[in-house]
Amino acid sequence: MSSRKKNPVWAFFASVRLALFLLFILAATSIFGTVIQQNQPAAQYVKEYGEKTAHLFQVLELTDMYNSWWFLSLLGIFSLNLIVCSLERIPNVIRLVKKDNLTIKTEQLARMKIRKTLALPLPPEQSIQRVTDYLHSRGWKTTKREKEGGVLLFAQRGAWTRFGVYIVHLSILVILVGAVIGSPTFARKVLHNEKFAFKGSIMIPESRETSFIYSFASGEKIDLGFTVRCNYFTIEYYANGMPKTYLSKVSVLENGKPVPLKDGSTVHDLKVNKPLTYRGITFYQSSYQPYSDFLTVLVDKKTNQKENRIIAGGTQIKSKILPVSFGIINQEVRGEAVQRIKIWFSDNQVDPAIFWVHNGQKAIIKRPSGEYELTVKQLYATGLQVTKDPGVWFVYVGCGMMLLGLFVAFFMSHRKIYAFIREEAGQTTLIFAGSAHKNKVGFEKVFSRLVDEFQQQMA
Amino acid sequence: MNSSQLFGITTLCYLLSAVFYVALLVFKKKKAGTIGLGFAIIGVLVQTAAIGLRWLESYQMGIGHAPLTNMYESLVFFAWCTTLFYIFMEFKFKARVVGAFVMPFAVAAMAYASFAKRINQQISPLVPALQSNWLLAHVITCFIGYGAFAVAGGLGLMYLLKKSGIKKGKKQDSFTGSLPELKVIDDLTHKTIIFGFMWLSAGIITGAVWANEAWGTYWSWDPKETWSIITWFIYASTLHARFTRGWSGSRIAWLAIIGFVSVFFTYFGVNFLLAGLHSYGAS
Repeated sequence: MSSRKKNPVWAFFASVRLALFLLFILAATSIFGTVIQQNQPAAQYVKEYGEKTAHLFQVLELTDMYNSWWFLSLLGIFSLNLIVCSLERIPNVIRLVKKDNLTIKTEQLARMKIRKTLALPLPPEQSIQRVTDYLHSRGWKTTKREKEGGVLLFAQRGAWTRFGVYIVHLSILVILVGAVIGSPTFARKVLHNEKFAFKGSIMIPESRETSFIYSFASGEKIDLGFTVRCNYFTIEYYANGMPKTYLSKVSVLENGKPVPLKDGSTVHDLKVNKPLTYRGITFYQSSYQPYSDFLTVLVDKKTNQKENRIIAGGTQIKSKILPVSFGIINQEVRGEAVQRIKIWFSDNQVDPAIFWVHNGQKAIIKRPSGEYELTVKQLYATGLQVTKDPGVWFVYVGCGMMLLGLFVAFFMSHRKIYAFIREEAGQTTLIFAGSAHKNKVGFEKVFSRLVDEFQQQMA
Repeated sequence: MNSSQLFGITTLCYLLSAVFYVALLVFKKKKAGTIGLGFAIIGVLVQTAAIGLRWLESYQMGIGHAPLTNMYESLVFFAWCTTLFYIFMEFKFKARVVGAFVMPFAVAAMAYASFAKRINQQISPLVPALQSNWLLAHVITCFIGYGAFAVAGGLGLMYLLKKSGIKKGKKQDSFTGSLPELKVIDDLTHKTIIFGFMWLSAGIITGAVWANEAWGTYWSWDPKETWSIITWFIYASTLHARFTRGWSGSRIAWLAIIGFVSVFFTYFGVNFLLAGLHSYGAS
């Protein structure tokens, strides 16, 4: 300790002054990134701020400041400060926790702020037993030592709460470690393994599948190691036209076969706030893309033969398995979303049927050749954000530790109680004394209740 | 009776409460303080009913969700948290006159929510991003923190007023004389900041977990997130300055005020001045 203390570098990183300075600098510099929009194209800054200022932004990396070398360095120094500062102080806390409190000089008790002297009607030996039993019944386990002129009892609670603040410090480090582990930049530039942690996205048209995604950072393909299929996508609206649900029904395929997911089903309803995690990779509903093509499902009601096809608007097709042809001859569109579709349907025996159906709704068509069910739905692609973040559990554990640590540090304290029993001129006297390292007012109340109830018991 | 009428009554109660607390401060009539507290309690009860009713109304409209989803509802909730926290504090610490510095915040929030043109009072359905159980946890934790910090800011202001009153050597019967002892205000400010800090931390954490559920990133340095961490840094420094360097008095009072300005910006400024993901709260 003493040799460390002399080391000026150690002393610098151990100081609270540095911590205060760093907290201030982190707070102050963070403001830049909220005022200057981050990660815009370079031309945008030139347009908005002029050539010179835009250049300055670039030099100082203010356009992506939270990933800039100087901001990350600040966070690095902050971590170092947390570590050194805690290492510097923890030995002292351990000493306080392990301290032999019975070595206290009994004269000191008389000077403690929270204390009470009582006269007891019992001889010392019995009194010691009574006090010990009483304290024990109240959850204060005592230790005992003979002192000059009497016997000292000591009990303490919550000694470990002195570590509360260090739990908070450690929690910040755990969160930062989690952030590094889950960082795509770290995976790419340090581990040289982009698959370790990444963020990316992919558009999958309905009825199609993919086994790769595109990385946000590099724009390159990342192989998933399995296949994801979008079976279906739809948007539901509220009566006032606001979107209510973006829903993708997705399946995961291994070796071409759908695998059971979390709930046992092979289809997951992917919505905002309801992502799908498979093999550590999480898929989020993030966007969509309407097409001018249509997804069609034709079923022969008698034989249940089924045919899936994609056709363009204004075209017609001939079924490959059934003796019918159909086509889309008109559509009603609101924005980019098709509302109703006009269908032409023929079995080449009588006049073709021509009718309107709502997008995605089943139509039953009876013809001399049989009964058919046709569903025509505008084709969408679902836009998924795809993330692999192996550090997220560190972050969550760190968050939990932080809340726990804050609670311990702020609302719990190390409380001590001394009881000194001695005999003076045939009279047994008892000095109760106590201390708490925080919330002294609260402890005073606990202490006086403890003493009062003891008095009542003795009387 | 619908919820907006009840919110109107709430606003009136808070206004009267603030007026009587200020009267207590100026005229030092004990009765004024009692009436002020009475109005605050009635106001909070009516508002609790109003929030419950608005919740119910949303279900009757078929778009049921907790009334915590836009600027109007958040302002109302902020006023509720602040007043509730203050009443709790008054009962626990018996520093009645503090109400003169806190209730105006509640009045301002309610009045702004009710009368500002840009605030939309309609109950609207939840967009997909907000359809999550984390909504309640996140908003409630944040706003308990905000409420506490509003009270701490009021206490800081009170401390500085009292101190300048003493410096000028004003007589005890001047209005700053009726304020609690400096030591008491200082202690209350500290305790309130600790309480607020705990909840702000919980608010940031619930927000991070939710963001990870909805967007796949627990932290994206969106302006709202960044300002919340700036606020967290400010209060963290305040606590360290006090615990380890023994700061107290005016310095802590100033930090309580600066902290609240930052809270205010996190809550308000970000929505109106900066672009970002948290756009739900803007109208």
